[in-house]
Amino acid sequence: MFEQAWRYIAEHPDKVLQWTWQHVQIVLVANAMAAVLGVALGVWISGKGRERIAEAVIYAASILMTIPSLALFGILMAVLYALGQPSIGFLPVVIALTLYGLLPVVRNTHTALREVDPAMIEAGRGMGMSGLQLLFRIKMPLAVPVIMAGVRQAMVMNVGIAAIGSYLGAGGLGQPIFRGLGNYRKDLVLVGALVVSALAVAIDLGMGGVEKLTTPKGIRRRRES
Amino acid sequence: MIRLENVSKVYPDGTEAVRNLSLEIAKGEFCVFLGPSGCGKTTSLKMINRLIPTTGGKIYIDGVDTSERNVNELRRGIGYAIQNIGLFPHLTVAQNIATVPKLKRWPREKRRARARELLDLVGMAPDTFLDRYPCELSGGQQQRVGVARCLGADPPILLMDEPFGAIDPITRQRLQGEFLKIQERLKKTIVFVTHDIDEAIKMGDTIALMKDGDLVQYAEPATLLAEPKTRFVRDFVGADRVLKGLRLLKARDVMTRPKVILRRDESVERAAEILDSARRQWAAAVDEAGRFHGWVEREDLKTASMLDEALTPAVTTASPRTPLNEALSMMLGSATGSVAVLDEDGRFLGLLSFNAIRDVLRSSHDEEGE
Repeated sequence: MFEQAWRYIAEHPDKVLQWTWQHVQIVLVANAMAAVLGVALGVWISGKGRERIAEAVIYAASILMTIPSLALFGILMAVLYALGQPSIGFLPVVIALTLYGLLPVVRNTHTALREVDPAMIEAGRGMGMSGLQLLFRIKMPLAVPVIMAGVRQAMVMNVGIAAIGSYLGAGGLGQPIFRGLGNYRKDLVLVGALVVSALAVAIDLGMGGVEKLTTPKGIRRRRES
Repeated sequence: MIRLENVSKVYPDGTEAVRNLSLEIAKGEFCVFLGPSGCGKTTSLKMINRLIPTTGGKIYIDGVDTSERNVNELRRGIGYAIQNIGLFPHLTVAQNIATVPKLKRWPREKRRARARELLDLVGMAPDTFLDRYPCELSGGQQQRVGVARCLGADPPILLMDEPFGAIDPITRQRLQGEFLKIQERLKKTIVFVTHDIDEAIKMGDTIALMKDGDLVQYAEPATLLAEPKTRFVRDFVGADRVLKGLRLLKARDVMTRPKVILRRDESVERAAEILDSARRQWAAAVDEAGRFHGWVEREDLKTASMLDEALTPAVTTASPRTPLNEALSMMLGSATGSVAVLDEDGRFLGLLSFNAIRDVLRSSHDEEGE
């Protein structure tokens, strides 16, 4: 069976590449949005006097995660249809993955910012840093490793969920899987599954590298020593 | 320079952290806020740079009400060092030191030059340490960088909240001494918080002793030791306050110049003669430049053919600035019961003896009228 899958990949590299590329695009766009929105939201809810809001936001994001992907696609189709937007294809899938990706990013941003050593904050404030200077020069650099871990987690998770997006005609590696399931073509199912898995592993490794690169040098050295 | 007028801090739950605190700190003065934990000393310090807002009273710096100034501008003009050092782990030593200069938008070269200058000042080699990260420094080195950082933009005022609290006693002693030397040159106005009476006596020009939010006594260390105002002050400074008072005196205050000093190139016979005629059992030996080489004992001269053979090198020597409590323990450990006081080039200035110290203690005791 593996042989058949390999043969398929060898004979149709163009198709496999196309599915993979579609898949990567969906994941990248969705996670870029999740990262930007998630960090912004995470920073905002970590502000002074927003403890209750933070709880509510994180709770809401956790609930989002528990909605099965097919159900979320369905809900989004209805909403987008009502708004007069394309309700199948790329858009609903990207929106769904963005929503799924929010939780790890928001939660990690919030936790990381809240757990910055109070001594750092006091030192910064005592030396005359404004709120924004404190955020960008002290808190964010210290929080980056944890935030990046959240982004990484979201991406790996979304590689899997994006496969289901093929049901909505967004393309990607779900296509060979579902087509194979429909036509008793085990080799096609296997091609999709193999490439999705490889993609998840590759993204995990890649993001691990990014995580390391974005960690400030002084903190990296502290961990190593 | 800094004036607190009826300053108080009452928390919303009714806790009075500081009650009607009024005191004035002169320009160039080293003022220590001292007291047990929870006495309001740290709160008082933090009200000066407005990290904690006051709930009553006014604080003036150079005659200007601090509450009327832009809070970030105010803080950039006041050096601030905190208990756990609080170096930023993601920034290099140079960047940490240049935190306030950067906030003040100094150009890059000027910031780096300033960091270099300050590292030098706190006794760390700039070329080795400028580009290191805090995690690559020892505790004592971090503390030094912390001191350098609070001097970053050369503020006239320093607020220091137990800056030497987080290090081992030996390093702390050394850093205290070094910091005093720095202060002697820079003449900053310093507010320094500690719960350690010994640190307060060693460092402060004045001590503000607090208890439960009240200022109990505000005085020079010697006055605090000699004339404790209340029972609390007496208990807080401790039963050994006479000994603590020794810390306030320096070797140069009590050293005496002995009548007999031997030249090292003297002959053994001549040396014996000098000692005998002065009825001395021993004397200090110096060379032609006046540098101290050790002690010569009359006993040892009997068997020696040259003065050098009879020479006993001193185990420890004091400098004119050595506090008397340290000198006293040196004396207890020395064979002759005396300690030579040398200047920086090793020249013999005089010696400390038990008699001299006892005389000083007796006179301060008399002043107390006890």
